[in-house]
Amino acid sequence: MKMIRNAAGRMVPDEIDGKKLKPFKGAHEDHGGGRKIGPPIRAIADYKTKIRSSLDEAIDDCNLKNGMTVSFHHHLRNGDHLGNMVVDKLAERGLKDMVVAPSALFPVHEPIVKHIENGVVSHIEGSMNGPVGKACSLGKMNKTCVLRSHGGRYRAIQDGDLHIDAAFIAAPVADPHGNASGRGGPSACGVLGYSLADSLYADNVIVVTDNLVPFPNYPWTIRGGNVDHVCQVENLGDPEKILSGTTRLTRSPTRLLIAQYAARVIEDTGIMNEPEFSFQAGAGGISLAFLKYLAEIMRKQGVKADFARGGSTKFMVDMLQEGLIDYILDLQCFDIPAVESVIKNPRHIESDPFTSYNYHTKGNLATRAKAAVLGATEVDLDFNVNVNTHSDGWLLHGTGGFTDVCDSGCTIITVPLLRGRVSSIVDSVTTVTSPGELIDVIVTERGIAVNPKRKDLIENLKGSDLPLKPIEELRQMAVDIAGTPKKPEYEDRIVPLIEYRDGTIIDTVKQLKL
Amino acid sequence: MNRIMKTLTGREGKKNDLLVKMEAKKSGSVSVSIESKVMSMYGDQIEATVRETLKTLGVKHCRVEVSDNGAFDYVIQARVEAAARRLYDIEEPGCLPERKVPRRKPGKERLRRTRLYMPGNNPSLMYNGGIFGADCVILDLEDSVAPAQKDAARILVRNTLLSVDFGEAEKIVRINPLSSRYGRCDIETVLPAGPDTILIPKSENARDIRDVEEITGEIEQREGLKNKTFLMPLIETAAGVLSAREIAEASGRVVALCFGAEDFTADMGVSRTRSGKESFVARSLLVIGARAAGVQAIDTVFSDIKDTEGLIESAREAKDLGFAGKGVIHPSQIEPVHDVFAPGIEEIEYARKVVSAIDEAREKGSGVATIGRKMIDAPIEKRARKVLSIAETLGLIDKTG
Repeated sequence: MKMIRNAAGRMVPDEIDGKKLKPFKGAHEDHGGGRKIGPPIRAIADYKTKIRSSLDEAIDDCNLKNGMTVSFHHHLRNGDHLGNMVVDKLAERGLKDMVVAPSALFPVHEPIVKHIENGVVSHIEGSMNGPVGKACSLGKMNKTCVLRSHGGRYRAIQDGDLHIDAAFIAAPVADPHGNASGRGGPSACGVLGYSLADSLYADNVIVVTDNLVPFPNYPWTIRGGNVDHVCQVENLGDPEKILSGTTRLTRSPTRLLIAQYAARVIEDTGIMNEPEFSFQAGAGGISLAFLKYLAEIMRKQGVKADFARGGSTKFMVDMLQEGLIDYILDLQCFDIPAVESVIKNPRHIESDPFTSYNYHTKGNLATRAKAAVLGATEVDLDFNVNVNTHSDGWLLHGTGGFTDVCDSGCTIITVPLLRGRVSSIVDSVTTVTSPGELIDVIVTERGIAVNPKRKDLIENLKGSDLPLKPIEELRQMAVDIAGTPKKPEYEDRIVPLIEYRDGTIIDTVKQLKL
Repeated sequence: MNRIMKTLTGREGKKNDLLVKMEAKKSGSVSVSIESKVMSMYGDQIEATVRETLKTLGVKHCRVEVSDNGAFDYVIQARVEAAARRLYDIEEPGCLPERKVPRRKPGKERLRRTRLYMPGNNPSLMYNGGIFGADCVILDLEDSVAPAQKDAARILVRNTLLSVDFGEAEKIVRINPLSSRYGRCDIETVLPAGPDTILIPKSENARDIRDVEEITGEIEQREGLKNKTFLMPLIETAAGVLSAREIAEASGRVVALCFGAEDFTADMGVSRTRSGKESFVARSLLVIGARAAGVQAIDTVFSDIKDTEGLIESAREAKDLGFAGKGVIHPSQIEPVHDVFAPGIEEIEYARKVVSAIDEAREKGSGVATIGRKMIDAPIEKRARKVLSIAETLGLIDKTG
């Protein structure tokens, strides 16, 4: 294994676990090439019935072997039961070295850690949060994990970098033909797009539902023609945890101030008044407050947005209903009003990582958005952003759609300057998730830094009373009050690769030395 | 001597704070054990700060246990110092940290539309107090601090003043009344850190102000402080209201009289209402007393932070009565109050007309200026210039007009 310095200035390996790797070359430098892969050819003669009597029977029909890859999606968030069920059943069958390729993991998936420790799971490709991320940082996986963004995951599957042997799709509504969606039932999650690539490219596609309805289940997100097996389980998830938690407006005056500044950036740069105004915002406390302030400004100015890219919440749905937004293009519903809206409102459109985020494609929605507001754990003086690790070196978050969204016209990162004693603005990020060339504005409660490369934004903000400051000054403010922390110490071993959305390696995270 | 051997300072588990358990020893060295949310990043630095603070205070034998939740160094220093002072007879007034914040000379006649109250024993709220744009910040040692924490809070407030930049905001410390056992010590501790203004609660007569002035003067001289600390009497009793003018004139350092409705209504034995009618006359008398003495008057706080409409009504009434601003207890109250106290477009337009009419008249050598048939006399001019100066400060107009 040779280490190469990539375009983000990070040392990355040229191969790992026998796989050749490409170093990151720049945000838009690698254009891929070659052809997409295809799933195996099948014929309807073999699919007289897809209904399996149980999840066990469906798994047995997949002929899984040691070392194969299974996947599932995260639309059921921290209420998901299926991920753990599947991995438990792999263990029961005595399978070893399995690769788990979820679109994201949540704290609810902590039981997977024991299957990592006992060798059932060799590693994770996709996303890790909380306990599984911690296990990765501790070096518990036998092989090197790969972290990908949502768009990067779609790309990896279509390009053949991530081959899925069996895709388990938790479907809140499904019919015996395999047509599936998130639009109803006790585990309703609204949008189901994260499982699209899995359904198109996996060798075996298993739709698992707790709400089997008569054919045809329409509208469908997953088409029956791509589905091998349909089986029922008692319940897919815990409804309260599927839709909760994230959608409360922050009460912290500091975070409200950050949100207000972010909305003011969009107002004062004039982005809002340009043609085809559109934006993306998520469901964190600051993002929700941002929506509230943005709505106030839009109302005052008589401006509306052509579309908003979700994560959708009540806040965004209210803006849609009020006419401040023409369409919501949505990849994830975060609360009940969002689910109801995507079911009932034809202007609330279900999206998927292909449409929204894919990079090796002929256009995506993130690129069309004029502005995006995102949180992060760290930003550095080169505007590089880290959303994966904490400053103490622990891997605790997946990339989500972060890197993909950074292609928006104006990417705004909202971070409190300090979280407790820990500064969000650092000399050099612990891990590069997204390169600084894509990051346009950093908003903190103590000042706003615009990337010097965005001369147009700087020009437009002249005369604004926003507290604009060089990023170095923000960094100094943090150091003055909090001091400089000790850097984490690492072992030599790389535990996950941080894959950029084009498939190149932008950074790595090493095992923590404890 | 019978004295305590163990003590606790700080607030466990609270953001940007820490709990310090200190036990005095007769011999042995200083032992420090630390638990922290940011152990791997700051553990060594926390220990170094604890040891350095004890060394500066001359403490040689003790056991310290720290439970930290992201406290900054000046907070750690404050908590350790407070604990050490409880256990040992430490005469020397000074301790860490060094001053980091530049001193600014505040103006006596400045905007005081909002004064944001912050509890003096809460490091997290005080640290962020300066970012919301309040004209003044009040670091409170009185009602928001429990009697058992008065000593710890005053050290924390001192360290905060030395370490946290509140920008253009006027830095006010509300001390405890001199009649209590805390008041004098509050001034002794915080004054060297250079607050702009001391807010004196329960001011009832000129004597109350002169007493504070005397102590303040002594310390300023002793410490070689160049800026004279301003005084802001808080009037919150019936007796105080009736002595408003006397209080305002008691010292040249007085910059404003403030009204405190909570204690006033208690003193009167009446309930506090949303409209505040029970204190209408008192507030009017206070404004009259203040203006007679040529200082500003500042209205009481509006306690319901969810009732923005009520806040706006209350601020409008205060402005109409002649108050220069209001106290605020939450950052969300700042913007509505500023909006009320900012001069309106019509007011600014009129002020401009007045000033240009006068300038024109003077150019022509005429002593009398008029708008329409109305003669502009000196008070109208004075008022107009004040409106323009506020509008300019607020960035509503630029210098060239």
